[in-house]
Amino acid sequence: MSDVADRVKKIVVEHLGVDAEKVVDNANFIDDLGADSLDTVELVMAFEEEFNVEIPDDAAETIVTVGDAVKFLEKNAA
Amino acid sequence: MRRVVVTGLGMVTPLACGVEETWSQILDSKSGANKVEGFETDDLACRIAAQIPLGDGSNGTFNADQWMEPKEQRKVDPFIVYAMSAATQALNDAGWKPTTYEDQCASGVLIGSGIGGIGGIYDASLTLIERGPRRISPFFIPGRLINLASGYVSIEHGLKGPNHSVVTACSTGSHAIGDAARLIALGDADVMVAGGTESPINRLSLAGFAACRALSTNFNDDPTRGSRPYDKDRDGFVMGEGAGVVVLEEYEHAKARGAKIYAEVIGYGLSGDAYHITSPSEDGDGAYRCMAAAIKRAGISASEIDYINAHGTSTPLGDELELKAVERIVGNAAGKLSMSSTKSAIGHLLGAAGAVEAIFSILAMRDGIVPPTLNLDNPSVETAIDLVPHKAKRKEVNVALSNSFGFGGTNASLVFRRVS
Repeated sequence: MSDVADRVKKIVVEHLGVDAEKVVDNANFIDDLGADSLDTVELVMAFEEEFNVEIPDDAAETIVTVGDAVKFLEKNAA
Repeated sequence: MRRVVVTGLGMVTPLACGVEETWSQILDSKSGANKVEGFETDDLACRIAAQIPLGDGSNGTFNADQWMEPKEQRKVDPFIVYAMSAATQALNDAGWKPTTYEDQCASGVLIGSGIGGIGGIYDASLTLIERGPRRISPFFIPGRLINLASGYVSIEHGLKGPNHSVVTACSTGSHAIGDAARLIALGDADVMVAGGTESPINRLSLAGFAACRALSTNFNDDPTRGSRPYDKDRDGFVMGEGAGVVVLEEYEHAKARGAKIYAEVIGYGLSGDAYHITSPSEDGDGAYRCMAAAIKRAGISASEIDYINAHGTSTPLGDELELKAVERIVGNAAGKLSMSSTKSAIGHLLGAAGAVEAIFSILAMRDGIVPPTLNLDNPSVETAIDLVPHKAKRKEVNVALSNSFGFGGTNASLVFRRVS
């Protein structure tokens, strides 16, 4: 597992209060991990913070699973 | 109008989390005041406050995790967590867990706060200035709004009836209970979860209230002596934090399900000073009129009141004006009246004060004992009224009145009667 994936999963566990084993690549933040629309906004903010990157709103809309976030950040994070 | 009774109690105070845990310490003349912990106070005029004892939840300590999931706590200011605790305690005490759609729709929430999420607003302001608007959390607004205490409680307990809130400074808790009782009396709900909550202890609030010259500043080295209502050395209030919530219920509804009934809400009065933003009217007229309105609504004579839980904040002006207004209300019956200020023990809980003090008034009736006014060494004026100095006192209390007066000249009085 990549370093990016580890950091993403840690953030998801902290913010959504879910068990780490549920935070798998194809887990959907809303459908599988119990997030609401506000939670997803805050998650994106936390990713921006952790990876020191700006995630524009149109890109944020495409990040719906844990794997989406990992992929985006591996590609775009400094 | 329909009769309204109290069937559940809950509170978080600077003495303890829990009604009985707090009450036993009140009766033991314990004080919850201390030097402020948790942030820098060296440059503040007032460096004392009555803070909630935090812990694992044992021995009356407050453990937020018992009342709200950590991931939810993170989103809100503490006043919402305190409200969740007090409301859950009160509903458990009442044994009311509505599960049918009809019962849920007949059960509402009316919890207020004086200044709500002022601590979170302060923190977010710093974030905005230092790091810009993109760093403001989507939970910033919903976690600071005062009516979100009612919102969170309704979601947690499935209460789909009236969802309302009150913001009347230090009268909030009393207005919330009074207004909620009216909703039941008029048939808008059968059960209301009502009260006040406050988490004001931070640098900004202490600086602001000190600038109003409202806080005690002469007892920074002797915190438990700072709140001293009616005493000649009083110099302002000691800030407290916490929540008080009651379950109010239509009388027949409570009787039908065999609920324990603590007391009946028989009177509620409101008035405005129309005088000054922070000072009470010079002749105590506003206080007099709201007590008179509550007594009239109760259909009793003032001489029937056995105990008054005073607003009595320990400010130089306010205490004596309230006392004069009470003397005027009860007239020749002053000699049989006991009146105390429990703010001497727990400080001033601002928007939560009226609710917590209503509960103390109800417990005084239940137990036949009136709580003390601590630190009342030398009363600043003479009165025939028993101000219950230092020690709690056995006394049969059948009718109790609780006063709250707030900035803006907003006043509320509640009258409770024992139900035999």
